[in-house]
Amino acid sequence: MKIHEYQATELLEKAGVPVVKGSMAVDVDEALRVAGSVGYPVVLKAQVLVGGRGKAGGIKKVAGPQELRAAFAQLKALKIKGYPVEKVLVVRAVAIRQEFYAGMVVDTAQSDVVLIASSAGGVDIEETAQTNPRAIKKYYLEGSFELSGPRWEAFIRSVFSEPRYQEKGTEVFRGLIKTFFAYDCSLAEINPLVIDDRDEMLAADAKINFDDNALFRHEDIWKLQDIHYEEPDEAQARQYGLSFVRLDGNVGCVVNGAGLAMATVDIINLVGGAPANFLDVGGSSNPEKVVNALTIILHNKDVKAILINIFGGITRCDDIARGIIEARKRLDLRVPLVVRLIGTNEKEAKALLAEHRISTYPTMGEAIREVVAIAKR
Amino acid sequence: MSILISQNSRVIVQGVTGRDGSFHTQQMVAYGTRVVGGVTPGKGGQEVAGVPVFNTVAEAKEKTKADTAVIYVPAKFAKDALLEDIRAGINLIICITEGIPVLDMVEVMRALKGTGIRLIGPNCPGVISPGKAKVGIMPGHIHVPGPIGIVSRSGTLTYEVVHSLTYQGIGQSTCVGLGGDPIIGTRFVEALEMFMRDDETEGVVMVGEIGGEDEQIAAEYIRKEATKPVVAFIAGRSAPPGKRMGHAGAIISSGKSTAEAKREVLKGAGVTVVDFPEEIPAAFKQKLKCSS
Repeated sequence: MKIHEYQATELLEKAGVPVVKGSMAVDVDEALRVAGSVGYPVVLKAQVLVGGRGKAGGIKKVAGPQELRAAFAQLKALKIKGYPVEKVLVVRAVAIRQEFYAGMVVDTAQSDVVLIASSAGGVDIEETAQTNPRAIKKYYLEGSFELSGPRWEAFIRSVFSEPRYQEKGTEVFRGLIKTFFAYDCSLAEINPLVIDDRDEMLAADAKINFDDNALFRHEDIWKLQDIHYEEPDEAQARQYGLSFVRLDGNVGCVVNGAGLAMATVDIINLVGGAPANFLDVGGSSNPEKVVNALTIILHNKDVKAILINIFGGITRCDDIARGIIEARKRLDLRVPLVVRLIGTNEKEAKALLAEHRISTYPTMGEAIREVVAIAKR
Repeated sequence: MSILISQNSRVIVQGVTGRDGSFHTQQMVAYGTRVVGGVTPGKGGQEVAGVPVFNTVAEAKEKTKADTAVIYVPAKFAKDALLEDIRAGINLIICITEGIPVLDMVEVMRALKGTGIRLIGPNCPGVISPGKAKVGIMPGHIHVPGPIGIVSRSGTLTYEVVHSLTYQGIGQSTCVGLGGDPIIGTRFVEALEMFMRDDETEGVVMVGEIGGEDEQIAAEYIRKEATKPVVAFIAGRSAPPGKRMGHAGAIISSGKSTAEAKREVLKGAGVTVVDFPEEIPAAFKQKLKCSS
């Protein structure tokens, strides 16, 4: 899950990271109030959860109220990568002397948390990794939150040449660590971390992502989600306990297991078809899940045929069959279904489906070729 | 030989009294696995499928001489279950649980360091050595004993591969589900090393997917050290970048984490990379014929 810059900034400020003064505004009066309290000039920053904001004209510096009104209206009329700008962060404009990068992620290959810093801040860190990899410094936590000792000294000195910045930088990293572990973040990033003309070190932009698996223990974070950024079908699927990703073809799929669901989508493409979605009904066995899955797939008017591909392990085929029969009763199944069921309780499932004159295919390859042929008719 | 588990493995089940735990305990016992005990805190003294239940792993280990633990407890308690196994010194831990927070796994991996304990999973189907033992949730009946080892990041896709091999008369030595999470206890290279050393295994199937770079690391190992043929299938060729495809670890976040990148690197290392899982048996028939 992602949150906006203004929310990430608030979390970091709470953890003791010095930030550029400001506040979020949804209308121009609020923006004027914020600007009045922090003092002009101010910077207006469109709050969107997609990249490329600066290039799209989503950041504007203004010297006074009149300019602010015009700039604010421009931002509110803007769409960045298809997303309208609803919220604008208003902050004091700082005179930047130097820009750094400070971030923190889980390095899954090393199974550890790593602090990342660079004296080349203000640009995309992935770009720096390509163009100037030596400018990126890393510090693995190795199970300790103590930012001291020779390994730490070497890290912080390699980023900040002056002792006073080394001290301030250490404090910033303490705040990052505090936030990261308090809320189960998967990424926390300050870019740029600036030194201004008053020699203060400040977070001038912030980005925080959270581990979806850990949201169950952070109700307060869950509330920060901006629902405008979730595809409605994907949001509904998540509520049903299904994993769903919208694609742009016409063959709907209901599959159990993420790997098999990915392979199904891949093979539909390989044999000349076009998948309409990825859908994993998950491990547990519940006929209602099939009804819910088909409901979501049928929202998509492009769908011409639907494939149900199940390899029963923990999932029982007879439960899936019951779901298919139930769906035929309750939903307007306006397109043909192609069913392939194998594994746990396969015989019971086939008997149930036969009673309702639904035939099944023995292999995944045959079922996929059939459903693709139907969708092309 | 087979790897990781055999008819001699002494298995305890954590979360044995839960819905999934009790069902799969019965299934594992029916398959012939030596399930010697179960653990659910506060439920010691009960029995599940004829298996005695203990309050703690330490107690279960002391009374049953267990060397292997399988975990079916819910995600929010999984870290404690894992740490309990590590403290008790269980040799092999197989964690089925899906949805464990990443930072919990960072802590578990730190606790594992230097202990010599092997963790398989989490978010995996488990391990089966056909005809000897199954520790996990896979349908036992689709497997037959034979010369092919399977190592996979997926569950049901592995069943698909097993099924097509069995259907073509090719059995399996051991099938290892590594798990679909970004942080897992055992990765491709370690499983491949075990298969290369195992005298019963003549060839290995690798089932990979988008996300991370473990397949690239495996390719490097195969290029330098593999002594047996490897056939691979990589899922997620049509996955859009930035979207999580069911597994927490299955997300394209860089050029290297795409299916195409992985396929190319594996091909370069001499691996036969197939487009369809059903092509795997034929690929082995070809390879094993050439090598013998």
